[in-house]
Amino acid sequence: MKSIISLILLSVIALGIAISLDKIPFGVPKTKIGDYYIDKGREETGAANIVTSVVVNYRCFDTLGEVTILFIAAIGLGAVLATRRKKEKREIEPASLVLYAGCRFLFPLILLFGAYISIHGHLTPGGGFQGGVVVASAFLLAYLGCRGRRVSETGIKTVESLGGLVFIVVGLVGLAVGGHYFLSNFLSKGELNSLFSAGVIPIIYIAIGLKVGSELTGVIDHLVEESE
Amino acid sequence: MILVISLLILLMLVAAIAAIFFKDLINAVIASCMVSLIASILFYFLQAPDVAMAEASIGAALVSAVFIIAIRRTKRYEE
Repeated sequence: MKSIISLILLSVIALGIAISLDKIPFGVPKTKIGDYYIDKGREETGAANIVTSVVVNYRCFDTLGEVTILFIAAIGLGAVLATRRKKEKREIEPASLVLYAGCRFLFPLILLFGAYISIHGHLTPGGGFQGGVVVASAFLLAYLGCRGRRVSETGIKTVESLGGLVFIVVGLVGLAVGGHYFLSNFLSKGELNSLFSAGVIPIIYIAIGLKVGSELTGVIDHLVEESE
Repeated sequence: MILVISLLILLMLVAAIAAIFFKDLINAVIASCMVSLIASILFYFLQAPDVAMAEASIGAALVSAVFIIAIRRTKRYEE
């Protein structure tokens, strides 16, 4: 009975997807906006990576919403897991020597890679979101390798608030100085393909990297603490 | 090139079906991690390195870790 119901539901969903995709020609862009970004993106924003110019310049308000969603999800997880805390301290079994040594060797390298991805978001593929996740995975490795060591919760919250604050303040300054819309690019564009270019884009992406990295580190911290 | 991509898609399908049928949940997590990894390789072939990076770091690394932590708290084998 259960399988028949799920089969019916599945076929209804498949039919819906088929109907909605039926009229769209495969592989042909329907809107002109993509061509506009490819043609004008570099000179209008100064960012060599067009994806970044869309995410942080043309559609930066959506990015603010995305960051907020992640923030609310992290807060919700913290609120759910914080209700049952502080059990008796159990003896933590130390990690094996190979894992410990590998963790100590790899942790700074992964952190460096994450910072590189965040800072070079306007030049190479990647950006604040990807770099933040890489930083959080470095902390995950540290939690696995060096058991018993914890990131300070105040530090996580401070860095996270700082990232959000920088995003909002840069946006409001852009509103006041640069023009008539939120997060307008008020700094000089600089030379294409150099590190200090594209105005406020690197600043915002570094702020997003800090915010995402600290939020996900906080999530991992809550989960690991709960599982021990 | 098209042969490599078809092979990867086939491997992805096998991994996705295997993730459903494994009774050991750790194996299922590894199989779903493989789906994400192959998806990220395919994104790279489709000239979307940004998405490939996000898929590899979130789908393959963080989500698997969260699942494994959850399995450690609950039961490892499905009945």
